[in-house]
Amino acid sequence: MNKLKIILSGIVKNNPTFVLVLGMCPTLGTTTSAENGMGMGLATTAVLIMSNLVISLVKNIIPDKVRIPAFIVIIASFVTVIQMLMQAFVPALYASLGVFIPLIVVNCIILGRAEAFASKNSPFDSMLDGIGIGLGFTLSLTVIGAVRELLGSGAIFGCSFGIGDYMPLLFVLAPGAFLVLGYLMVLFNKLAKK
Amino acid sequence: MELSYFAIIIGAIFVNNVVLAQFLGICPFLGVSSKVETSLGMGAAVTFVMAIASLVAWLIQTYVLVPLGIVYMQTIVFILVIAALVQMVEIILKKVSPALYQALGIFLPLITTNCAVLGVAILMIQKEFNLLQSVTYSVATALGFALALVLFAGIRERLDFEDVPKAFKGVPIALITAGILAMAFMGFSGLV
Repeated sequence: MNKLKIILSGIVKNNPTFVLVLGMCPTLGTTTSAENGMGMGLATTAVLIMSNLVISLVKNIIPDKVRIPAFIVIIASFVTVIQMLMQAFVPALYASLGVFIPLIVVNCIILGRAEAFASKNSPFDSMLDGIGIGLGFTLSLTVIGAVRELLGSGAIFGCSFGIGDYMPLLFVLAPGAFLVLGYLMVLFNKLAKK
Repeated sequence: MELSYFAIIIGAIFVNNVVLAQFLGICPFLGVSSKVETSLGMGAAVTFVMAIASLVAWLIQTYVLVPLGIVYMQTIVFILVIAALVQMVEIILKKVSPALYQALGIFLPLITTNCAVLGVAILMIQKEFNLLQSVTYSVATALGFALALVLFAGIRERLDFEDVPKAFKGVPIALITAGILAMAFMGFSGLV
């Protein structure tokens, strides 16, 4: 398979958020701003690349019957590593993402890719798949975060346009997450049709 | 942290509703909630597992992880405990109460990947609840989950008969509906 195609398919054709509709909890819960969305996306990407690589390396050693628990332990270990790294180097982001960092473990994208891709393909291809899907996820989260931040507080990446007082705060709060994602999906459907 | 049980219950069911305010357990929320009956079943199964999981998680945290100084193992240990627990509950239910197993059976395997269960276990440790508070909190959270699921299913059953524009069909309209429902739940904020 073409190496570039593996990466690209994760970003557009198999976009985890808009096409596969996976990993909805962090998508809705962490996209209060573009920065938070991107941070969450990158953390998930890091876990995804490492877990895909390791699972693909050990896929022949693990008996078929216990493969799911084994995958979960591998994923959980990398999540713990990322969690500790983030706590040490980006404490502000760590605090604002909160419970969603340990919850990367139960993000269905990661286990889904482990099962659907990494357990069948070579380590290098699995890493590329992790990069592609991870970037697709990061991109969607950043876009959703940017839209919510712009509509809710009149800023993008914390860079204010001086219109914050006139924007409906609702979009940064819980309902805004559902509404923005819903309408972005409609837009994506419309554009994908053409 | 001193919080009355009443405040914990109202807070977990209405004010900080697990689905509509904290965004945990969205997958089953969008996936299972097309019929009121199945959402009731899912809600019951989640309540059951969440109560036991938080009890076990609290005991492990207090008597194993903290004394040994390996709190950083929390994520790995909790997810394994929950996965094992779900399996065990499934096996026990099958033997003890086949009727209940029939009703809840298909939902049980889905619960392992329900991030609300792991989320609640982690949150209650963060909030430094004692054992009874933890169990109260988890049961109330699960009831909030069931409430959101059933309300949403009721709306979606009606939505099936409406003429929804093509691009909105499926997940988008469900998300927008959930957004409006979340707005309604915002009315509860400030209650506790």
